[in-house]
Amino acid sequence: MGDEYIAYAYWLDNVQGIGKKRKIQWVLKGLAPKEIYDQIEMIPETKITQQEKEKILEAKNRWNVWKQYENMVQKEIYFVPYTLEAYPQRLREISAPPFGIYVKGKLPGEEEKSVAIVGARHCSEYGRKMTTEYARAFAEYGIPVISGMASGIDSVAQRAALEAKGSTYAVLGCGVDICYPRENFALYMEMTQKGGIISEYPPGMRPLPQHFPARNRIISALADTVLIMEAKIKSGSLITAEMALEQGKDIYALPGACTDILSEGCNRLISDGAGILISPKELLETMGIPNVKNVRKQTENEIKLESAEKLVYSCLGLHPKSLEQILDNTKMSLPELLSHLISLEMKGCIKEISKNYYVKIDLEY
Amino acid sequence: MFCSVMSAVIQGLQPEFVQVEVDVSNGLPGFCMVGYLAEEVKEAPGRVRTAIQNIGMIIPPKKIMVNLSPAHVRKRGSGFDLPIAVSVMGALAMIKKEEIKDIIVIGELGLDGEVRKVKGVLPILLAAKEKGYRKCMIPFANLTEGRLVDGLEVIGVKSLRDTVEYFRKGIVPNYEKAIKVQSRQERVYDFKDLKGQKVLRRVAEISVGGGHNLLMIGPPGSGKTLTAKCMPGIMPPLQKEEAIELMKIYSIMGLLDEHSAEIEKRPFREVHHTISKPALLGGGIIPKPGELSLANGGILFLDELAEFQKTVLETLRQPLEEKCVKLIRNSGTYVFPADVILTCAMNACPCGYYPDHKKCNCTPTQIQNYVGKISQAFLERIDLCVETERISYEELVEKKIKEESSLEIQKRICKVRKIQQERFRGSSVRVNAQMNMQQMQKFCVLDLETEKFLKQAYEKLGMSARVYHKILKVARTIADMEEKKQIRIIHIKEALGYRMSDKIFWGE
Repeated sequence: MGDEYIAYAYWLDNVQGIGKKRKIQWVLKGLAPKEIYDQIEMIPETKITQQEKEKILEAKNRWNVWKQYENMVQKEIYFVPYTLEAYPQRLREISAPPFGIYVKGKLPGEEEKSVAIVGARHCSEYGRKMTTEYARAFAEYGIPVISGMASGIDSVAQRAALEAKGSTYAVLGCGVDICYPRENFALYMEMTQKGGIISEYPPGMRPLPQHFPARNRIISALADTVLIMEAKIKSGSLITAEMALEQGKDIYALPGACTDILSEGCNRLISDGAGILISPKELLETMGIPNVKNVRKQTENEIKLESAEKLVYSCLGLHPKSLEQILDNTKMSLPELLSHLISLEMKGCIKEISKNYYVKIDLEY
Repeated sequence: MFCSVMSAVIQGLQPEFVQVEVDVSNGLPGFCMVGYLAEEVKEAPGRVRTAIQNIGMIIPPKKIMVNLSPAHVRKRGSGFDLPIAVSVMGALAMIKKEEIKDIIVIGELGLDGEVRKVKGVLPILLAAKEKGYRKCMIPFANLTEGRLVDGLEVIGVKSLRDTVEYFRKGIVPNYEKAIKVQSRQERVYDFKDLKGQKVLRRVAEISVGGGHNLLMIGPPGSGKTLTAKCMPGIMPPLQKEEAIELMKIYSIMGLLDEHSAEIEKRPFREVHHTISKPALLGGGIIPKPGELSLANGGILFLDELAEFQKTVLETLRQPLEEKCVKLIRNSGTYVFPADVILTCAMNACPCGYYPDHKKCNCTPTQIQNYVGKISQAFLERIDLCVETERISYEELVEKKIKEESSLEIQKRICKVRKIQQERFRGSSVRVNAQMNMQQMQKFCVLDLETEKFLKQAYEKLGMSARVYHKILKVARTIADMEEKKQIRIIHIKEALGYRMSDKIFWGE
């Protein structure tokens, strides 16, 4: 099937008012998109109803097949309709597969295992840290990371995967030519090179709120295993988990403190039977990856800390602590404490995430 | 018959002397005024005529012509009523012309002949003294501020009748008993009432010690406002010249207390975030000073910094750097002093609880937008930045802990300021925060180890050049507080802890 088929399929995908299920039915029954375009009047009503024909005729009028197709190709976007072999097998299996998907970059390989990592936009340092660790581990074992490029967990996971030289794919709730959210532009550009941007929405489609729950089903569909890192009790990440459950994927959730609302959703999932994330190694082993080494330990050549710095460091955790709190804990004088904090920050052991709020970066030193 | 008396009008901060000329001649009866008059001055004839008649004198049906000279100066304010009345009476020979020769007269009249308070008396009197005048007549309500000028005979009058008595018989009205002398007020806000908050106390001291601008970020009720209010109380006591400078501005704005005009405390001006540009910087066709100048020598406090209009904050940039406001109008350039320590407070996010995830429900975009309203350029004018925290109940009710009082802190500050005074002798700079490049090279010399450390920090922490200079200045102040000549590594480290990082929040 050549350009012609795809160009007409692209048109068919953009016919408004007809469901994707119906369109798939047609092409499976042997109606080629070009046939629908050229001979719509000839097709018996048993196949396409009068109402649908009207919609198709209207779509014919406002769509210049070749011009639109050229435009899309120029933007380096590929359209993969359901009937094409390149259409991901995993996507075919779900209950409401898209008629076709738009891709900028590559599609994840069919053979390789893949993992989706999703979570809260507004995540904690703990979530950030753990996400990075898992994403890195997957990258090291060549497992692509699929996510939604949202701020927070999504983008942290994808960036970490890229940094560890892995591949990562983003499924968007808008056209693949639109970078949403905008702050992730650098990530978006890198992913078009080293992974792919995928969407079921045509180029130019704006990120409308109703798109996001639907795109979550594609994220989970493309993955074999779904990881929920941090989620409030009512959140998009839990929708993804629900979809994944429907699709029969393995679901894992990152446990957190019961008092932390960002972990509430995850803890609930675990109680409902989701797998619990203990360590990247354990997860990789359960996924059937042979010979898992002890992952992580990218420890930058043994940082030496003075004893006073150790004391300050030991007061800190993954939850931000304010200067005043640390003062109380260490009983140091303010100038002394600040100088230790600055030293630690410069050694890369801690991070000032908001003015005078500090968190640990490495779990051990 | 012609008669004239001297009066004055305020132009910006400087008074301009005005000759009030009156001529009474035959012709169609009337009261006519010329001389580039504002509306309130044009209305003077009504008040003057009625007041003179109401003290029992009769104005004959003649043509009265009043001219306020020089004609190119805009005459504004209500202070011309009394000089016009005096001059009219002089022209009508009700009082002797010789008596009103060498005197400056200012005051507003009521219809019953009462002399009412006017604005800007103090700068006029100071200028009059400089010009060699010996006597001034002002409203009694302004007498307390009038008394601040030594070597000038100041006559305070309550009514037009007393004025006539004075010019006819030389009786100086004596209402001495009416003046209440108010006792010196103690500090209303004192650091001893600020419980806990070691960080805030420390930065407040550094801020005042070296004249550094301060930004406090924190949830509601964490002591930001109280700290700001306490800060004037730890500044060195107001010097005489500073006080006079300040009182001139307050006099022009009509803000001096009728009972005790003298300003003894450093000003604290809290500005609401709805403030307009003219109200903050000063404004008008003939500009009047704004809040920035009213806070001269003290603290200007901007609460809820993120709520301020962006354009209003931007206008503060130049005055903060130059320590004065320059307003340019057709009529000339007006310079108002603006030597303030800028103290700002804000929440970290719209709800105020960030980074506490349990309470804060704001999205990253909301936080970004909230903080992003303040421009980087404005934030770079701020030397010290701290996050405050809600204090615990124990700290709040703990009575045993006696916090240091403002008086003790003030003593230390005076020492620190003295060191700086010695250092900057002979230059216009008074505090570390105002140091220029040459001075920094001279006074902020680092030893090798410290230099190396700072270089590392510069690269690792991604500082900008401006932030680097701020760190040096703050470190200089911290070293001064320990009475150390040399800036040590620990001073630099502490200063780094209070830096305004380029991305204050959640920068990825």
